[in-house]
Amino acid sequence: MNAEVILAAGIATGTILLFATIGEILTERSGVINLGVEGMMFVGALAGFRVGIEAGPWLGLVAAMAAGALLALLHAIVCIRFQADQIVSGLALTFLGMGVALVLGDGLAGSASTSALVPTITLPLLSQIPFLGPVMFTNQSALVYAGYVLVPVAALWITRTRPGLHLRAVGEAPSGADALGIDVARTRYRYTCIGGALVGLAGATITLAVTPGWYAAQTTSGLGWIAVGLVIFARWDPWRAIVGAYLIAVIRRLTLDLQGPPDLFGIPNPFFTYQPSTFFLNMLPYVIVILVLVLGSRSARRTGGGAPAALGIPFVRGERGQ
Amino acid sequence: MSAGMPVRRHWLPIGLEAERRLDTPRWLPLATLGVGLLVALLISGALLAIIGADPLLVLRHILIASFGSLGVLSDTLVKATPLMFTGLACAVAFRMRLWNIGAEGQLFLGAWGASAVVLVPMLPAGVSPFIVVPVMLVCGILAGALWGGIAGWLKARFGVNEIITTLMLNYIAIQWVRFWVFGPWSEGGFQLSRQFPREAWLPRLTDFASVVRDFAGLTVHLGLVIAIVCAVLVWFWLSRTRTGYEIRLIGDNPRAAHYAGIDIGRTVILVMLVSGGLAGLAGMTEVSGSVHRLQDGFSPGYGFTGVIIAYLARFNPFGVIVASIAFGGLILAGREIQPAGIPSMIQGIVLFCVISSDVLLRYRLRVVRR
Repeated sequence: MNAEVILAAGIATGTILLFATIGEILTERSGVINLGVEGMMFVGALAGFRVGIEAGPWLGLVAAMAAGALLALLHAIVCIRFQADQIVSGLALTFLGMGVALVLGDGLAGSASTSALVPTITLPLLSQIPFLGPVMFTNQSALVYAGYVLVPVAALWITRTRPGLHLRAVGEAPSGADALGIDVARTRYRYTCIGGALVGLAGATITLAVTPGWYAAQTTSGLGWIAVGLVIFARWDPWRAIVGAYLIAVIRRLTLDLQGPPDLFGIPNPFFTYQPSTFFLNMLPYVIVILVLVLGSRSARRTGGGAPAALGIPFVRGERGQ
Repeated sequence: MSAGMPVRRHWLPIGLEAERRLDTPRWLPLATLGVGLLVALLISGALLAIIGADPLLVLRHILIASFGSLGVLSDTLVKATPLMFTGLACAVAFRMRLWNIGAEGQLFLGAWGASAVVLVPMLPAGVSPFIVVPVMLVCGILAGALWGGIAGWLKARFGVNEIITTLMLNYIAIQWVRFWVFGPWSEGGFQLSRQFPREAWLPRLTDFASVVRDFAGLTVHLGLVIAIVCAVLVWFWLSRTRTGYEIRLIGDNPRAAHYAGIDIGRTVILVMLVSGGLAGLAGMTEVSGSVHRLQDGFSPGYGFTGVIIAYLARFNPFGVIVASIAFGGLILAGREIQPAGIPSMIQGIVLFCVISSDVLLRYRLRVVRR
């Protein structure tokens, strides 16, 4: 039970949630809600693992992003072209993604060889910083550092660039954006696919970095759905997403560490002496997600929650939103 | 090109043009559903062919393994029974555009509540089944309703998104049942409880084999009848009562419902209670009618398949019954299909095709000359 070890491991797991949450934030900012995160993550995890053991980790990551983007494209076609219900399409994507990943991953179960792993890096100067150094910059996967970079990039992209302005316009007021000559459909296609690629990357982060290997149906263990919840907690803001992602991941990690020692603070550890009680520990991350959403709801209501105004509403030129 | 329609393809001498439909003929929803299912069948077949299976052989296998004889038909109906309840649970909530994705968790809680009657035990041993079974039914409904109600209350009181809460509650419910079957109710350290005594079993057809000999081996249980009764009740509630009208109005136009003075928060909680109770019944009938004990992982995702069934049925309770039987067959046959992901994949494809085919409800496609 070393705080630095737990936090470092939490940040590694949090990177999975971070990629997925940022991806879903970008998708939803364009007005498309994609609940298929768990499915895309699953397929990304498989694609990354499978290509990773064949052709090395970097091509694995590329394959995972391509797979995630491909599934997202399907969602985009169904929702934008056919104007189908985005909620249900996302659910269908979850089923499809899990099914496809289980079919293609049949017989693959097992852990990855180290040659297939994304390398870990210790940053020379930053790792010397007391506490933060060992937690954030020592022996972390290259993907963790990519996560550090992704947050400011995504935040600045959304709020400070012209394409980001178009993205927000399409998500908040598609008719106005259309009148200004912004191609609403194309923008939504683009960001749905970018979001899917990031979620696919999150999947590969599981199988090629954090818990290397393919564990069939247990591979994602609900992380995709937690990411969907984190988007609401983050109020569609990448900066808040990093807080939520790391927080939930540290709690998940803590629940594992609490099961180890026979004594906790001088008293017999109930989770060690009576194994079934560990199931209550396993509930904790999911309870926390609900609690966080409840606690956030009051301020979210006051500020309108931060949800893009056109979220989930198909855009048809010349028609009012439903 | 603007979003969605119209479709224009100029490289052909004839093209397809879409125009907005002003009215929807009565036969159309069924026809588009048929189109959607057909496309789903073709895509699934193509995918099966790609991974090296013979699609016709798989289809034949599914049909024979699930509807080929009286015995397997009975097994199909056993699988379909929990699907009918979860399908109804989803249909009720979805009709109001309330996205209860938590039927799986509510099912687990319902199974737990019903099992508690036997395993705590809440009734002395040797009580008549005419008392035990109704008490189990009530406890199953209450436990499921509680689980759905939590999400409903959080939505009504705090405006928390019900998709997330119901999903998180799924994971919590599964861990909760695991605690009991690994811990206090474990039989000899295995992850299952002891078998229920006979008075806690729902009667099955095979129990009457001494009267009608052909019933021997047929495991269809009373849960099927309860499911059909529930379908009738749900239909009546949604289409013939004031509350049902309010639910439909909120689903179609929440703003109009609000201005009409309908208490939306109260209706959200009520619908989540009913939806959770129905899913709880799925769990109760499954442990009491089929599994006869509480065990870890006794549901192969009945709650999630309920989502698809509700959609296939277009939220019609009687359609739920039909769709459940079809999916019951798929699940029964799917147990033997390898790799294990195929049923889930097919379910996803079916759902995609069905919701995509809805575009034909809104647009009329015409072939035009260029």
